[in-house]
Amino acid sequence: MLTLTYDVGNIWLDALLGVLAIVGLMTVGTLALIWLERKVSARIQMRLGPMHVGPYGLLQTLADAVKLIGKEDIRPRNADRWIFELAPFAVFVPVFVALVALPFTRDWAVSFLDLGVFFVVAVTGLSFVGFLMAGWASDNKYALLGGLRAAAQLISYEVPLVLSLIAVSMIVGSLSLSEIVIYQGRVPLFVWQPLAFFIFFVAALAELERQPFDIPTAESEVVGGPFIEYSGIRWSMFFLASYTGLIVYSMLGALVFLGGWDWPLGRELGLWWQLVLIVAKTGFLILLFMWIRFAMPRLRIDQLMSYCWKVLIPLAFLQIFLNGLVLVYDWPDIMLLITSGAGLLLAGYVIDRAVRVEPRTLRLVPAGRRAKPAPAGAESGGT
Amino acid sequence: MVQEQQIDTVDINVNMGPQHPSTHGVFRMVLTIDGERVIDVEPHIGYMHRGAEKLSETMDYRAAIGYQDRTDYLTQFMNEQAYCMAVEKLLELEVPERAEYIRVILCELNRISSHFMFLGAFGIDLGHFGTSFTYGFREREHIQDIFEETTGERMMYGYFRPGGLVWDVPDNFVQRVREVLPKSLQGLRDIDMLMTENEIVAARSRGIGIMSAEDAINWGLSGPMLRAAGVPWDLRKDKPYSIYDRFEYDVPVGRHGDVFDRYLVRIEEVRQSIRIVEQALDQLPDGPIMPEKMPRRLRGPEGEVYAAVEGARGEYGIYLVSKGGDKPYRLKMRSPSFCNLSALREMTVGNYVADAVAILGSIDIVLCCVDR
Repeated sequence: MLTLTYDVGNIWLDALLGVLAIVGLMTVGTLALIWLERKVSARIQMRLGPMHVGPYGLLQTLADAVKLIGKEDIRPRNADRWIFELAPFAVFVPVFVALVALPFTRDWAVSFLDLGVFFVVAVTGLSFVGFLMAGWASDNKYALLGGLRAAAQLISYEVPLVLSLIAVSMIVGSLSLSEIVIYQGRVPLFVWQPLAFFIFFVAALAELERQPFDIPTAESEVVGGPFIEYSGIRWSMFFLASYTGLIVYSMLGALVFLGGWDWPLGRELGLWWQLVLIVAKTGFLILLFMWIRFAMPRLRIDQLMSYCWKVLIPLAFLQIFLNGLVLVYDWPDIMLLITSGAGLLLAGYVIDRAVRVEPRTLRLVPAGRRAKPAPAGAESGGT
Repeated sequence: MVQEQQIDTVDINVNMGPQHPSTHGVFRMVLTIDGERVIDVEPHIGYMHRGAEKLSETMDYRAAIGYQDRTDYLTQFMNEQAYCMAVEKLLELEVPERAEYIRVILCELNRISSHFMFLGAFGIDLGHFGTSFTYGFREREHIQDIFEETTGERMMYGYFRPGGLVWDVPDNFVQRVREVLPKSLQGLRDIDMLMTENEIVAARSRGIGIMSAEDAINWGLSGPMLRAAGVPWDLRKDKPYSIYDRFEYDVPVGRHGDVFDRYLVRIEEVRQSIRIVEQALDQLPDGPIMPEKMPRRLRGPEGEVYAAVEGARGEYGIYLVSKGGDKPYRLKMRSPSFCNLSALREMTVGNYVADAVAILGSIDIVLCCVDR
């Protein structure tokens, strides 16, 4: 069977082959995702999207990638040279490293780690350093503003993300991604833990810096934020990191909450069915991320922060506390669903109360022909 | 002993524009920010100055119409209307009924298309990744098609003349406009669902950039900015010009004077404009579109006139001084964008950087009109 864990004897050669496989896979995946995002956005916005390069514009991203590689690599004169040039790598490497621990199927992974969840979260959490480096080194105020926003946002949303994953691993009793998947053989965890899934999804949206949380790169405010001074291949590395991050978080969500390659077909099925399952589940989450991106405007930085610290983190602690209760008193599994579902309803209620606003009405002052007979100052209410 | 260290912090000057995606043209604001808070704003204008007023003095009354299209390039018909009204007042020309009706229809359609442009651009300012923009532009395009069929141009129409119109509208004009109006209403409903009912839009635009009614009057604001502040002032209603007293419509007035109210006022104005167009289409008479006896060369008497219309952004006025002859001695355009923009600092200071963008967007400036 074709596996990603080659066993040629030499561990260095094994590692090299694994990394090459990951990089190749993700580069192709990124090219496909950029095409998909352009097509999805086009459908939402009543456009066609790329149509001319290749059938349905499939080769458009390839052409763009070639163009970007051929572009001049510009560095501002006052930029801090080394930090400026290393920043794209600092964003790009952690996201790629995270892929090492993700089990694509039961047998396909570069490395099966017992601390898989911990590893993925710890490694992806590093990428904010790259944003900060890029923002600081570019010698540009927009970049600085964007870099600081990125640091604040990524660190803040790391907390609910981790807490939601902790809630899950409490139930499974393991931090290994494979074991979490196998635990979900009958019922996937998003059924037992809807609240944790919700928190994970929102936090992942923020970690990926997608609308409504694209504050660090806000096009209409800081014009791309940390990326503003980058061009050519370095800029495309940020892009590559962003889309690989999309794959990483979607696949993490698919593995941890949607049952990965196991549910509902069972792990005894062949490799290809497992691949179909994981791709379908990852693709579902990716499409959800894209859909939200093109339907939502952007939050403001203070709203973003208060949403994280006042809503998501308390809810995540609530989820952990509820799971703890269930586990300590050895309640049946259904209590997980009941407590977490109740928590989700509470979350919905709290958020709804917080964001609900009175519908505004305007005064409609009659004018024109009708206004003449009416006494002066007469007003009528309206919508 | 613990020694307290005093850290000196410096406010940052951020130069937003002239090349920035959300300054709606070549506008530059120098923001002084303390973290994310704006503590000072200094607008810089003049990048688009072409001397349209001075240029208008060098050409005769008909030729200067072209410059009206080029000031506020989103409400060309209203600018032409204001200019033609000024010249007609000076020369005492009588505009035929049919021409008046067609002018009103085109002006109100122009208001609709301009407001759709605003709705699209405002969504981008709030962070929509182009979705609101395409929705706004779809509706705008339907109306743009009518303008193209009528005038032969998509942007610089030059369709109104002192005394009437260049030529009559095409035969299927009424039918085409009737086809488009329901589409505009539907597009408005789409934008309602996309933006008005969106909690994030509400959270981003409510309670920022507040202008009280008194301040709004003192700053000389007009149009939707003034009405959102709660002042029911509309030139069509309060100083009726053309034939606006023959139609039934309402003037929407806001209660809070913030960004969201300005947005709502514009949405409601589109609905009211649709009402006006429908009535005007019903009443559209037959007849000539120019007075019987038009002089070949327009020569004005000495004197000065002021004519103003309620443009999509506010009061667009033309002050015209004539010393006889076929050219104006002095032509002054009262641009609503310029007057509304003057209140930018008042509204922005104290808000976040992201709000500055939303507030600037809510003014709905056209830089060509600001600089003229």
